[in-house]
Amino acid sequence: MSKFIINRHFKWTILLGIIVIFLTAGFLSIAIGKTSIPLSTVWDAFIHYDPSSTNQVIIRTSRITRTLIAMTVGASLSIAGALMQALTRNPLASPDIFGVNAGALFFIVAAATFFSVESLSGYMWIGFVGAGVAGTIVYLLGSMGEDGLSPIRIVLAGAAISALFISFTQGMLVLDEQRMQSVLFWLSGSVAGRELDILLPVLPFLLGAIVLSFFIGKPLNILMSGDDVAKNLGQNTGLLKLVIGITIVFLAGGSVAVAGSIGFIGLVVPHIVKGITGPNYQWIIPISGLCGATLLLGADIAARLIIAPQEMPIGVMTALFGTPFFIYIARKGVKKSG
Amino acid sequence: MGEFFTIRSKGDQFSLQFHKRSLYILISLMLVTFIVFLISLSAGSSYIPLGAVFQELIGESEHAFVLNELRMPRVVMGFLVGAGLGVSGLILQGMIRNPLGSPDIVGVTGGASVGAVLFIVFLLGEMSVNWLPLASIMGAAVTTAIIYLLSWKNGVTPMRLILIGIGISALTNAIVTMFMVSSESAIASKVYLWLTGSLYGANWQEVTILLPIILTLIFISIFFTGVVDVKQLGDDVATGMGVRVQLFRFLLLALSVALAGAAVSFAGGIAFVGLIAPHIARLILHNSFANLVVGSALIGSLIVMGADIIARTAFLPSDIPAGVFTAGIGAPFFIYLLYRNRKVMSE
Repeated sequence: MSKFIINRHFKWTILLGIIVIFLTAGFLSIAIGKTSIPLSTVWDAFIHYDPSSTNQVIIRTSRITRTLIAMTVGASLSIAGALMQALTRNPLASPDIFGVNAGALFFIVAAATFFSVESLSGYMWIGFVGAGVAGTIVYLLGSMGEDGLSPIRIVLAGAAISALFISFTQGMLVLDEQRMQSVLFWLSGSVAGRELDILLPVLPFLLGAIVLSFFIGKPLNILMSGDDVAKNLGQNTGLLKLVIGITIVFLAGGSVAVAGSIGFIGLVVPHIVKGITGPNYQWIIPISGLCGATLLLGADIAARLIIAPQEMPIGVMTALFGTPFFIYIARKGVKKSG
Repeated sequence: MGEFFTIRSKGDQFSLQFHKRSLYILISLMLVTFIVFLISLSAGSSYIPLGAVFQELIGESEHAFVLNELRMPRVVMGFLVGAGLGVSGLILQGMIRNPLGSPDIVGVTGGASVGAVLFIVFLLGEMSVNWLPLASIMGAAVTTAIIYLLSWKNGVTPMRLILIGIGISALTNAIVTMFMVSSESAIASKVYLWLTGSLYGANWQEVTILLPIILTLIFISIFFTGVVDVKQLGDDVATGMGVRVQLFRFLLLALSVALAGAAVSFAGGIAFVGLIAPHIARLILHNSFANLVVGSALIGSLIVMGADIIARTAFLPSDIPAGVFTAGIGAPFFIYLLYRNRKVMSE
């Protein structure tokens, strides 16, 4: 691991580079789409807003919302993935593989179908509950062997739980076709066509959880040196794990409530980041957030361009680049880091 | 020797051995299948009394249209799909020696979906629907080959195969969505209907295409009996007894893939049938391959027909995909297997 111990100076350079890419992606995400808007107009929309310009109105009403959602969701899912990989010591752990996305989806659709929940904040809270329930079930199933958490068992249990929740969700949607229209956008996993109203109630929770995760980095580093070591150093490991668990639920459940089920971001980003920063969670967590936001922005831009003028669901884009990554990790062997 | 009886050809070139108790169980299973078959015909949005169903089977009845054109093809389709998935799962579980093997978990069904969707999107206008099973079998075969190659790293371990299968399933889902989104909306809705894994709208044309394929493949599977029973003793013993292990392993895998591909081609992925049916078969039948093939086929079709009865009647007037109910039984069962095999899984 010594090659990762790079000096602070170099880390700051990389951080600066990522921030530049992130900002560029943000601007491009606002400029590129069905109507391409020159970057100067994008700039003007922020600095000298002119409501009579159609382009500037498009930017203010639709593109900014979309860009903000992609950033927040990308950051949340990536940080959730980084925390899950640390907590379970499983390189394949991430919200979608844990069935957390499917669980949140199922609970939201069930609440809408059977209990006529229609408010956005209602969806959000139910999404949190669903994420928590599915994640807990898979975690328990994964840890019931004699040797504690087995990476492979978690993946299998997650796949089964996801299959169960997704097929029940489909069944409910067939049952109630009218409801289907209003719930459908959670299914597809997309950041397009969402109003700012959808993001706003969830945003405080997502941002809160992201900020909280920055403070988790330091104690998490200690926890990663082993439960016994951490306990001897006076750490309350049970409490820390609980806090991490709750943070994950808010990050993953909130993301599903805003953007539906978007896979593989939470898996891929922490791995790439660990390759850059080394095993220090004080760095891994914030940089994962930044890289996740950038990557989802990129995926969203690609989704708009690839079959223009139509749009590809963003979940398809993330699966296309995420699967080879999953296979790479699976081939490398998931046992070793256990 | 009282436990078995044997059918031999002249000169003992070919023989089939049956376990007597299993034979009785198989006959009872066939009876149950027939009864469920009748119930399937009588149940639905309009209830047709069993007497009338009988009348129709013998000759004419007032319900001829509903029974002949709507229910019969659907029920037969359910039977074929269940049988195909059941046998496919049985072979797969034996092959990779892992109780969690099932065509839908390992990614075979996902590949079949890609094949079928590509066919529906690009070729259905120009070619007859008769070729759909071939397209989906080819999709399944190509995907299985890819999964097998990617799992290869000084040999293939079952767990790596399953893990990579799960990954590839995600990819095939994405590819299917991609084609659905980028094609015209009329085609997209056709694909979506197909994808939900429903027997809704099955017709005689589809049944007559599928029937010979599935029955032939299952029939061929039974002829592998001798080989598989010897193979269960292990590769070395099998080689010692003159079995060409690699060749037969390949042929069996091809059979399993073809069965899954064909079963998926018209009904979409009906989940977990290939997982459950062989387990129940092994539980109640003597462990010889011929028994298990017939048993898995019957149990698979019972599951699909049963799920479809519930799907058609429980939430009238809605017609829910049968796959919802098979997943409802199958996923908890999978988790139970995961729990029971927890020591094996940690390897």
